[in-house]
This record gives sequence, C-alpha cells and structure tokens, in this order.
Amino acid sequence: MPSILSQPGTTPPAASPKAPLLSVRNLCLEFHKDGKVLSAVENVSFDIAAGETLCLVGESGSGKSVTALSIAQLLPAPPARYPSGEILLNGRDVLRMSKTELRQIRGGVVSYVFQEPSASLNPVFPVGRQILESLHLHRPDAAKDGEVIRLLKLVGIPAPDSRLKDYPHQMSGGMQQRVMIAMALASQPKLLIADEPTTALDVTIQAQIIELLRELKQRLGMSILLITHNLGIVSDIADRVAVMYAGQMVESGPANELLTRPLHPYTRALMNSVPQLGSNADRLTAIGGNVPQLGAFPSGCRFHPRCPKAQPECSRQEPEWKEVELGRWGGASPGGPGGAPPPGGGAGGGERAGVDHHYPPR
Amino acid sequence: MTPDSLLQVRDLKVHFPVQHGLLSRVKAHVKAVDGISFSLAPGETLGLVGESGCGKTTLGRAVVRLIEPTSGSVLFNGEDITKLDGADLRSRRRGFQMIFQDPFGSLNPRMTVEQIIGEALDIHSLATGDGERSKRITGLLDSVGLSANHAQRYPHEFSGGQRQRIGIARALAVEPKLIVCDEPVSALDVSVQAQIINLLQDLQRERGIAYLFVAHDLAVVEHISHRVMVMYLGQVAELADAKAIVREPKHPYTQALISAVPVVDPEAKRQRIMLPGDVPSPIDPPSGCPFHTRCPIAEPRCHSEKPALREIAAGHFVACHLAR
Repeated sequence: MPSILSQPGTTPPAASPKAPLLSVRNLCLEFHKDGKVLSAVENVSFDIAAGETLCLVGESGSGKSVTALSIAQLLPAPPARYPSGEILLNGRDVLRMSKTELRQIRGGVVSYVFQEPSASLNPVFPVGRQILESLHLHRPDAAKDGEVIRLLKLVGIPAPDSRLKDYPHQMSGGMQQRVMIAMALASQPKLLIADEPTTALDVTIQAQIIELLRELKQRLGMSILLITHNLGIVSDIADRVAVMYAGQMVESGPANELLTRPLHPYTRALMNSVPQLGSNADRLTAIGGNVPQLGAFPSGCRFHPRCPKAQPECSRQEPEWKEVELGRWGGASPGGPGGAPPPGGGAGGGERAGVDHHYPPR
Repeated sequence: MTPDSLLQVRDLKVHFPVQHGLLSRVKAHVKAVDGISFSLAPGETLGLVGESGCGKTTLGRAVVRLIEPTSGSVLFNGEDITKLDGADLRSRRRGFQMIFQDPFGSLNPRMTVEQIIGEALDIHSLATGDGERSKRITGLLDSVGLSANHAQRYPHEFSGGQRQRIGIARALAVEPKLIVCDEPVSALDVSVQAQIINLLQDLQRERGIAYLFVAHDLAVVEHISHRVMVMYLGQVAELADAKAIVREPKHPYTQALISAVPVVDPEAKRQRIMLPGDVPSPIDPPSGCPFHTRCPIAEPRCHSEKPALREIAAGHFVACHLAR
C-alpha cells in the first residue's frame, strides 16, 4: 500500500522563492447526511502564487466547485466537514479561522463570481446599491457613488453613471456578469474565484468577459482561480492548470505544456473528445461510460472503468500523486517505471490524486 | 432549391405579439424568425447557429409546427405542412421528429422507457401485438446503445447521456426522415457529448435521416453539419458549406463569431474580432442591415439599405453589402 495518506502534507512551502498566496494541502471534504458519509473531495492540493491564474478543469461531480467554495468556507457545515487538510491563505489556515476572521476573508481577500449572474444579483435593488454594499463592508471610506462609477467603468460598462439606478433585469447577461465582477473587485481582493463565469453567456460575450478578466489581472495584480470545463478558455487565460476527476486531482502543470503534452489519459481523452473548430476529424474519440456519481466512485484509479489504457492493477491500487517532471504533477505507479522520485527539493508541497499508473512520464 | 429536397422552407416568419396594458392590446411584435428560406436534402445535416435570441430554436420548432408560423410555407416531401391540421398533420408527423435540449425535462418521469418509446409506436399504429411491440422497442434501445433490460426503468434511473439516448430512441421509433435536434448535447458533460454526436452520425449513415441541428457551439456544429446557416436577429446572415463557413467566413458577423471561439492549441492564437455591445432587441430591430450597430466595417448604406441574401460563390450565400 502506498501510504499516501500519511504523506507529510504540511511541508512548509518556504522552499519556493515566493510563498504562494493560496496553498491548498491534502484537502478532504465530506458531506454528512442521514448517517451517510459522502466523500466529495479527497487529498486535493494546489498552490496559487500572487498574480497567477490557475484554471481548475473538470466535469460535473469532479469536486471543483466545492473545492472553490471551501476556500472562503462558503459550504454550510453540517453537512460539509473537513476531516483533514489545510487551506492556507497568506499562510493562515482558513479551516481554523474564527467567524469574525472569516467574515473579513469572504468578499474581502477572496471574492467570488458565479456562473449565473441573474441568480447572483438581488433582483429588488439597483446594481449601484449592491456594489455600494460591498464597499460599506470592506472599504467603508470609499463607499461613495464615485467609487461605484469607477468600478463600473473598470469592468467596461458604458455610461456607468446612468446605470447606477438600473435593476439587474434591465441589463443583459453580459452586463450583469460585468456588474458581478465589479462587485467582486470592490473589496480589492487578492484572489478572485470565478466559477464558470461565462458558461451561461454567448460566445461573443464570453470572449469579452475572458478578455476583461485577463486585463484586470494585469492591471490589478490579483490572482485568479477560474473554474471551467472549456479547454479553449484555459488556453486563453491560464498560467497553470489543474485537472480534477471524481473528487481527486489527476494532473497539474503549466498551461502551455499541459495542453500541448497532456500526461494523464483522462486529460488526453478530454481533449480528444471535444470537437475543435476547423479540424478535419471525421469522428470524435468519445470517452465511454458516464461521469461517476458522488458516493459511487470506483476503487483504485477512479478513471479506470473509462480509461483506454487501464491495466488490471488500476482497479485495485490508487496511483500516487507525484511530480513527474519539474512543475508537472501527475500519476506514477509506486514501484513502477513512472515511480521516479520528484526532482530534489521540488517546489510546491506534497500533492496526490488518482492517476493512471501506466502512462509513462517522459 | 433543388427539386429533390426533403424539406423546403420558404420565407418563413414567426412573429410573437407583445401585449401591454389592461386591455392586452398588441403593442409590437417580436420578430423571432423574419423571412427565412432554405432547403434540406435527404440524409443531410444543416447546422443552425447564432447567439441566444437570434431565433434559431423558434425556427427549428416552427419547421415541425410546434410553434405556429405567422406566414411562409414549409414543404415536407413537397407538401405544405403549414396548411395541414388535425389527423392529417398528426399522420405526417411520422416523417419529422424532434430531440430536445434538456434530457431531464423532455421525458415523462412517470412512464417507463418502454412506455415512452411504445407511445410513439402506438400513436402511429406501427406495431401489431405485444410481441412485435416489445421486439421493436428492444431493437430501438439496441440501436442507441442501451440494452433491453433498460426498458422497464424510469427516466430518473438514467444519467443525462443515457436519457438523451432514450429521447433519440423515441424519435427513431416512427422511422422519421427528418429530426430537428435542438441543442441535443449542450446539457451533457463534455466527455459524454462525443458519444451522442457519434451516435447521431452513425444513425444518419445507417438510415439516411436528415438533421436540422440547432446549437450554439460552433465547433460541434461544424463537426456534425454538411452545411451551416448563421442567423442574426431572425434573419439569415450566411449559409454555406460547413468547412467553407469556418475557413472563409464572408459575413463580418460570422467572422466575429468564429474568432470568438476559444481554441485549445496555445500556438494557434488568432486575431480576435471583439463585437461591441449586445444583440439588439428583436422587437425593434435596427434599420438596414440588422448587424450594422455592431459591425466593425459598416458603411453609411448599411444603416438604410437591407442587404439581400446573395450567392457569392457556389452554394455560399451571404447577406452583406460589403462581402466579396
């Protein structure tokens, strides 16, 4: 048995040149309901440096959204419980913070933008007042109409002074999402978490919003955690990518490398199954089967029932999460050919996930 | 318009009245579909793309008369189905079926799979006797990749992809010549999307079914379609071969739409054409070319003169004054 669970997950990230803004270490998340325990996230680890954009990729049920919500402790507990792991924000563990401290984190250091802007905005208040509310909480000195107008201008809303009194229903989906981003920026967050911010929008508006996020990151120097299942968006905006499947991390690495040379069979299958504009492929390479449901994750490597390269031992043994190349994390068999130890002193901490054993790391 | 086409749509319009005030007087019309013509050959797939609100779903539904067209004609096998009603229309519906976007909302939760598929057989009296009926249901399930023991289960016992397969089996039950697919894969996980797209293509090859494929994902539409029609504010902006429309889009709207699709290859960065603003309201569409308010190359005449749909290369139609 690879004793992954006892792996020292608390290695201080001091080895890296600059300590990451956010460091999630071996995070486990369970939901307790009616005496049953459903494990939604298992031993997920990743870092986000200041000014960096990390894209968290995965399908429904992979645990990416609940991982993101955990960062500011937004999941109601119970049913949510964190049996182990740490979420270090500027070196302090969010899981051990008091309510007062959490209130300052939420919408302050960490801001969220969600998928459906029309469901996130309050329909009975004008948008200007909703942004003002965020300012009152986090920057009371700046809580003036002038600052709201400046924020609306920052996110590219034309004639912002005339839109202050507008209600959300008077705006289009793209404009509503810009208001959500303005509201998230009001507290001058260090980390902006955007959970599928463009999924509900048309492709032309999606391009506008992604461009806006990229521009804002450069201008304001904040970090972004972007959740998406669209690999094209990842290619557009990500510095680094982390791929999740069935509650675990399967692969992470720099965006350009991961997209041109994916190491994990799931990442590769995902890339091959999505049609690409202008390609001549006659037939798509589908992934067989379905995304496993929470509470019914397969044993061993969780992707093995759908994996084109699965071997008999994939169903029995969980692969070990290792740094297979400098900066690239993925699967390796504990004793097998891929089991090379991570390069000395490797940056980042001990991460782990269910990864295919047999894909030879190059 | 070839004479041997399966479906011919001529100048189809769907206008929805907008009512205001106590007396519910009609104040205006939403011109969801405003004068669209196209034809579809047997075994052909025509993709229909455009932003939300462009009328693509309304057009798809009007073609099979789930929405009543305001004017225009829909010739199916040469017969105008907009003039039919009652039993005549019902019997013709055997020829054209529909697959819906939401595999959760489009199957009756209180019916088993056998009842769902069997209902279609019963309405058109396609199976005589219980043995024949269950044999056909098993055959249909098999052709969409499900097994016979799924027949007694209820929709909630299936995943999204499997439910979409049930919806396809229901559409296939009456052996249609045309299936209107309204965003059939957009509610599915990306790893399951490819299974359904491959299934639809296999069924087309085996049975020669024509598809009218409505979707907002250009890459999916290009992959599955022979020809693609781009709609903007209820009108056709461009209609051409699928490869031609992606490689050499002529209409500035199509060009912007294609440039906005994010591509995975980090090396293949293209120049992105950013369209300012949102789609104008279809209640009060702009004068002249409907796209001129967002068009990067609009000229004065685009504001006043509406461009006609013209053929600028063989089979490549575009509605733009400036397209060459």
